[in-house]
Amino acid sequence: MDSNPILEVTNLTQKFRSGDRTLTVLDHVDFSVDEGTICSIVGPSGSGKTTLIGLCAGLDRPTSGAVTLNGIDLGPLNEDERAEVRNQHVGFVFQTFQLVPTLTALENVMVPLELRGMKSAEVRHDAEELLDNVGLSDRLDHYPAQLSGGEQQRVAIARAFINKPNILFADEPTGNLDAETGKTIEQLLFDLNKASGTTLVLVTHDLSLAEQCQRIIRLKNGKIFKDEWVENPEVENIK
Amino acid sequence: MSSFFSKWSWKMAWRDARSNKKRLFVYISAIIIGVAAQVAITSFRDSLNNTINNQSKELLGADLEIETEQAPPDTLTAYFDTLGGEQATITEFPSMVLFPKTGNTRLSNIRALKGNFPFYGKLETIPAEAANNFQSDSTALVDQSLMTQFDIEVGDSIKVGQMTFAISGAITKVPGEAAAAAMIGPRVFIPASVLDSTNLIQSGSRIEYKQYFKFTDNRSMSPIETRIDSMEDGLGIDIDYETVEERREEIGEAVGNLGKFLNLVGFIALLLGGIGVASSIHVYINQKISTASVLRCFGASSNQTMSIFLIQAVVLGFIGALTGTILGIGIQYFLPGLVSDFLPVNVELTVSWLSIGLGLFTGTGVALVFALLPLLALRKASPLYALRTMTDSITSLLSNKTKVTIYVAVALTVMGYATLLTESWKVGGLFTAGMIVAFGLLLLVAKALMKLVRRFFPSHWQYVWRQGLANLYRPHNQTATLMLSLGLGMLLVSTLYFSQDMLMEELEFASRDDAPNLIFFDIQPDQNEGINQILRDNEAPILQNVPMVTMRLDSLRGRSTQAIDQDTANNVHDWALQREYRSTYRDSLTDSETLLKGEWIGTNPDTGRVPVSAAQEIARDLNLEVGDSLAFDVQGVPISAYVASVREVDFQRVQPNFFMLFPTGVLEPAPQIYVTVTRAPSEEVSATIQQAVVQEYPNVSAIDVSRILETINQFIDKISFAIQFMALFSIITGLIVLASSVATSRFQRIKESVLLRTLGASKKQIIKILSVEYLFLGILSALTGLILSVGATWLLGYFYFDITFTPNIWVIVIGTLVVTGLTILIGMFNSRSVYKKTPLEVLRSETI
Repeated sequence: MDSNPILEVTNLTQKFRSGDRTLTVLDHVDFSVDEGTICSIVGPSGSGKTTLIGLCAGLDRPTSGAVTLNGIDLGPLNEDERAEVRNQHVGFVFQTFQLVPTLTALENVMVPLELRGMKSAEVRHDAEELLDNVGLSDRLDHYPAQLSGGEQQRVAIARAFINKPNILFADEPTGNLDAETGKTIEQLLFDLNKASGTTLVLVTHDLSLAEQCQRIIRLKNGKIFKDEWVENPEVENIK
Repeated sequence: MSSFFSKWSWKMAWRDARSNKKRLFVYISAIIIGVAAQVAITSFRDSLNNTINNQSKELLGADLEIETEQAPPDTLTAYFDTLGGEQATITEFPSMVLFPKTGNTRLSNIRALKGNFPFYGKLETIPAEAANNFQSDSTALVDQSLMTQFDIEVGDSIKVGQMTFAISGAITKVPGEAAAAAMIGPRVFIPASVLDSTNLIQSGSRIEYKQYFKFTDNRSMSPIETRIDSMEDGLGIDIDYETVEERREEIGEAVGNLGKFLNLVGFIALLLGGIGVASSIHVYINQKISTASVLRCFGASSNQTMSIFLIQAVVLGFIGALTGTILGIGIQYFLPGLVSDFLPVNVELTVSWLSIGLGLFTGTGVALVFALLPLLALRKASPLYALRTMTDSITSLLSNKTKVTIYVAVALTVMGYATLLTESWKVGGLFTAGMIVAFGLLLLVAKALMKLVRRFFPSHWQYVWRQGLANLYRPHNQTATLMLSLGLGMLLVSTLYFSQDMLMEELEFASRDDAPNLIFFDIQPDQNEGINQILRDNEAPILQNVPMVTMRLDSLRGRSTQAIDQDTANNVHDWALQREYRSTYRDSLTDSETLLKGEWIGTNPDTGRVPVSAAQEIARDLNLEVGDSLAFDVQGVPISAYVASVREVDFQRVQPNFFMLFPTGVLEPAPQIYVTVTRAPSEEVSATIQQAVVQEYPNVSAIDVSRILETINQFIDKISFAIQFMALFSIITGLIVLASSVATSRFQRIKESVLLRTLGASKKQIIKILSVEYLFLGILSALTGLILSVGATWLLGYFYFDITFTPNIWVIVIGTLVVTGLTILIGMFNSRSVYKKTPLEVLRSETI
């Protein structure tokens, strides 16, 4: 086993106040993910999956505990510093695609690199190539509303890889798609991941998807209920 | 700040804006109209001020004017001679004129001219040469409006006193005077050489003697002013003087006040535009939360995401301001037509760079300030909203402290700008306070309404009615925004309308069946009986026939009025000290008088001190108490008196009323004139009486009340037209705000409607639900605005005009119907895609 963790989660607790009640969504969660691993987090609705992935990517602050991403402790960083970390090291794929509705497919893909201050002309080629890789070379100038759900998620995947992230978080990437399209998207995600050697953290409640990963972390009531490694020759190959 | 200038932010702002063009246009249109109103007015005001400065000599027509109320004594004329330069004299007084051709009579302002006045500017007549020739021809010049009114033409004749003149020209412009002056006292110029022959210069006549000077040596006026002041003291008569500079300041101030008022009306339009901006950008930014969160996920900083929308707000604000400025400069050219009758000069329109700068700055500023709240809130939007949908309004992210700070900043900006416009902290502050109160009340009503609808929800109503009604309080409702924008527009416009209505109503009571309608004054004692006989012959009742004695106040509580006047710490009003009192004497009070304090004494007890009764207004301004001693100078005869009583006088009655009332037994021997009040049963009889009086007693003047009412009507009509023109901007902005708030909340309504249609609702049902919502919104905001305006008008009437206001119920009904109709129309027009397209089409197109 590789002993170079890209993500370390220590004693992570997240509580929310709802009126007079305090709701513990994550309760002292500990785990780490090594570089290059394909890991899935599974659990029923309300088990804290989305909260966990949000905290791992520095989208929110925990009530207590620490997250270290690519060796950087997110705790002391402010919002903008964490945004910088995401821009440099993290990629995202969302369940609801989350494309910017007013940008074309190509522009959506270019955004992360443009945010680094790179010129459109410099990133255009990479973005076009990625969109070509996901099979959308003829839809560059289409707006999200003009694309089907599957096509939108493909744009989102291209966007996730454009900044060559060290770690990619995918939140129910096939959750909003039909089975067949879902399969295509899964394949695309794994293929691109294989090509770039990125660490992939996948949140899903789809066990068949989870089982294609090397490691499955099962959450229940805010705690890690089971953390197992899967014999998965296909994925091993990927690695 | 660096994010604001980063290329990426600008690129993203442009990318985001290009597919929202239609929505963003609505956003700026409110600004366009608001700025247009502002620029039009400030630019016009600037042009007017420039014109006044450039034509300052024309305003007076001379370098100096010296005026006395009696023929200048020899010492004064001798002084005039030493001043040199070119001189002209005008003897000015009111008198009846008669047009023999038609038999019409009219109280006019007669000016007997000697010399080449005006020295600067031109007395404009048709034909033009008449102004130069009338003195040598011994003809008369008559105000064009009077000639038009009575169908008189050049060549016809006019009788002034005992003289009949041929009319050689129609006056179209007198330098330094507004055309509206003709409505009050139509001007008739005659040569001074024939003044005596008119036989109108008699004792008791109110005559102004004006001497005009033209100096070619650019001399300083101050030594002349000092000399006249000392002569005034020495001679014991009033001598007024006016220099070009003083006239310029005087007119500048009057014009400035008009400009300030119109500016505020225009500013209200801009404020309404601000509300439009606030409401549309609020909904707009709410829909951008997920975009902002996604950008944050990919590494955009909070400043970068905010900058995208800040740039949009600033750029759009600037485009709106620029368009509004161009429009405003265009509109400026229509303004002279609206107010030219009230202006003493022909305005030379110029492009005012100050107003352009101000328009650009305020338009952009308003767009920015009113967008501040949602923009700052956007900084707080967590990237987590990319994973979880945010259900609350974006502004809920801001702490109460931040919100209060922003509100205070907005209020201070408004106050600062209003102060800048009106040049007075007090007015700026009051304006802002008034606006805050109006906003507060409208918001309060909106909140109360939502609560009430919720609490007493008519659950047994038909589904579409329930659904439409529930839209008033459900999340993303438009109630507060529409109540504010529509209600405020309604409040402003109807307060203007109600005030005008109130004033007109108050005047109309004067034309009631039993009210006097004809007043004769300047009747010499030997003419009194003759006039009474004319009235009796025409079966017109003599309602009042009172003697009037002119006098001045000499001393007050033992101190001379001069000494009081010079004492800067005195607590009396100057006008009340210096005015000429026209008093009467009788042994009883009339039904328009009520005793307030002291004792009414009807006959002089012959104790050496005369017991007089003071009207409460003059008692207040002279700070008089019962028992205070007074000394009057009755045309050279001193009379010692004391305040025996203070009485309330209804000055609004059409009849002579008096500040100082004397008992019988004192003033009888004094030179006096009579005033007679009658009620002519018809206009024909009134005309016959006036003609008979003018023919026989040309020095007697008549006030025809119905004519005065007509004049006031015309006056108010003209003024209110100008005001309504400006209020129109508020209405247009109000409608745009209505359209924009409907448009911005459209996505929410569309989603719901599509959902309902998917669930099986028919087009008809959807239309009904939407109409019910807009019906309630329209009715309620119109009613709230109207009710508040009734309150505002009542307050205006009570504190300012001293009139009790009763609202016209029809205005309220019609106003409500019109506004409700418009609301439904605009609402339905904006939501047309909901019932015209298929649900899927709508969903696809609306997500862009």
